[in-house]
Amino acid sequence: MTLLSEKPAAVRPAPTVDPVLSLRDVRIGNPHTGAEIVHGVSLELTPGKVVGVVGESGSGKTLTCRAALGILPANLAVTSGSIEIAGADISTLGSREWTALRGSTISAVFQDPASYLNPSIQVGPQVAEVLRVKKGLKRREARHRAIELLQAVHLRQPELVYSQYPHELSGGMLQRILIAAACAADPQVLIADEATTALDVTVQAEILDLLADLRDSTGLALVVVSHDLAVVAQLCEEVLVMRDGAVVEHGPTSQVLYRPEHDYTRLLIDEHEQYGLHRFVKGKNVPEEQAS
Amino acid sequence: MTAPVLQVSDLDVHYGLRRRRRQALQGVSLDVSAGETVGLIGETGSGKSTLARAVLGLVPSSGGRIVIDGEDVSGYRERQWRRLRRRGVVQYVFQDPLRSLDPDLTIEDSLVEPLLIQGVSRREAVARARTFLDRVHLSADLLPKVPGEISGGQRQRVAVARALVTEPRLIVLDEPVSALDSANRVQVLEILKELRGSGVALVFISHDLGSVAGIADRIAVLYQGELVEVGAAAAVINEPDHPYTRLLVSSAPTLRAASATRAEREELRALLSV
Ligand SMILES: Nc1ncnc2c1ncn2[C@@H]1O[C@H](COP(=O)(O)OP(=O)(O)OP(=O)(O)O)[C@@H](O)[C@H]1O
Ligand SMILES: Nc1ncnc2c1ncn2[C@@H]1O[C@H](COP(=O)(O)OP(=O)(O)OP(=O)(O)O)[C@@H](O)[C@H]1O
Ligand SMILES: [Mg+2]
Ligand SMILES: [Mg+2]
Repeated sequence: MTLLSEKPAAVRPAPTVDPVLSLRDVRIGNPHTGAEIVHGVSLELTPGKVVGVVGESGSGKTLTCRAALGILPANLAVTSGSIEIAGADISTLGSREWTALRGSTISAVFQDPASYLNPSIQVGPQVAEVLRVKKGLKRREARHRAIELLQAVHLRQPELVYSQYPHELSGGMLQRILIAAACAADPQVLIADEATTALDVTVQAEILDLLADLRDSTGLALVVVSHDLAVVAQLCEEVLVMRDGAVVEHGPTSQVLYRPEHDYTRLLIDEHEQYGLHRFVKGKNVPEEQAS
Repeated sequence: MTAPVLQVSDLDVHYGLRRRRRQALQGVSLDVSAGETVGLIGETGSGKSTLARAVLGLVPSSGGRIVIDGEDVSGYRERQWRRLRRRGVVQYVFQDPLRSLDPDLTIEDSLVEPLLIQGVSRREAVARARTFLDRVHLSADLLPKVPGEISGGQRQRVAVARALVTEPRLIVLDEPVSALDSANRVQVLEILKELRGSGVALVFISHDLGSVAGIADRIAVLYQGELVEVGAAAAVINEPDHPYTRLLVSSAPTLRAASATRAEREELRALLSV
């Protein structure tokens, strides 16, 4: 079972260095009061690249993601800097262009899955709707494909789940529905904001495998926001560390997470390790551990 | 050890009616003593939140018994459950922090409300709300905000603070640290550890095995609606008995040690389907 639609390899976009998403010194604040929350974030995503964003709670990770999707809360705006999606400066986009872009070029899964689904509509049709609107599938095809997608995100009994309402599903099941919906229209960029936190680690591992497969086969580029440094270490080649609205460290994962330069990054890793599973598993300890 | 604060025996829960009727929990038995923390782990959709909801009377059970603080609540009607919840003896932190908190209430009102219900004066309640907000390391600046105006981790900590203000006997926490950065996760876990000393019984539901191993005295593992393993935390983590627990422990990503490879995981999963 696969998340990929039957896109022949030859049609895949040729390898290119043109970024699919780029943020340049993006600042976010309340334009009326002048209060600034995010003080300049830059990042560049080329096809197949996976960037992790970690850091303090309330540091502006979600707002940065929302800015990239053009869905900031009404009281906030990008006050300076620029965001480009597949070469288009988003400040020039009208609502029709946004609609065309979201889902098919850039897509996202957010922290609180329940609030992104319509509670009064069965979940399957909500995924099928994406396929009908974005991929032009007919009703029957859309249903068929939606069930395939539910299976690809490892939901047991996908046909049963298809006809269930959001309140009938567990947190992790909802999160997988959203992942399926977000991947439905074969986006080039997927923003995953704590997209696997509601999943048990076995399903999480499968979803991470799936995202890695998509990256390898379609060149999907990913922004992975997570408090789980181990997930970021496993999936991302580059990491941004945010604190209090600013990026304190940005570089290759091997450096940032294993040889951090900034004190905050070091603290973040130390604190992460304080409840790392390896501390409680006998025989899995590594030398660093014995020192503490 | 004193009598358990929570006694669940042979609990069944079903959802849906007629054709849509499905069993979510089957014959689940679990005790939690005063001052004890039981970690509840398991597959997504295995029934962890359902167990939490059943203990709070938010879903009806179809069989078995629930005793809270000596009170048999199994046959309670909606009114009685509401009264029990209002007394603040049991508190619950929902998995989705947006749902634990009323989206229209300010953070201050959310924190103060359960105290006012208990008959605490407004002044005293506000003072206590501030104390607990401080304990979860949030600034009093958040008090006038509504949940939509604060970050996910901030919401989660408000929900934890809200569960603590009434000083309950039993707290069921459904994924209370999943949206937290590591500093806040450590802090919330330390607060929960402190609570143990004051005799509160805790049920701690989490997918974060490190947190569970670090805080729980015992760990219970749910798989497809059944409790497949219960034991001392170290034993469950180090010598997992059930194949699902083995898969779970070996799938956990860590920064330091290698978790199971894809092939190893597939092998363990195959064991489960026999
Ligand atoms: N609509 C809003 N109006 C004003 N401030 C807001 C609004 N939404 C969020 N904030 C504030 O902006 C800051 C950044 O929020 P954001 O949600 O981006 O944090 P985050 O890094 O995603 O945190 P977490 O890890 O807890 O999810 C927080 O201090 C939050 O309180
Ligand atoms: N209101 C409901 N109506 C029908 N079925 C439901 C309802 N709530 C939950 N279920 C089903 O009951 C099962 C258990 O769900 P529950 O939310 O307890 O799982 P969980 O272990 O908490 O999962 P997660 O780790 O994803 O939060 C799931 O199969 C779910 O689909
Ligand atoms: Mg966030
Ligand atoms: Mg749950």
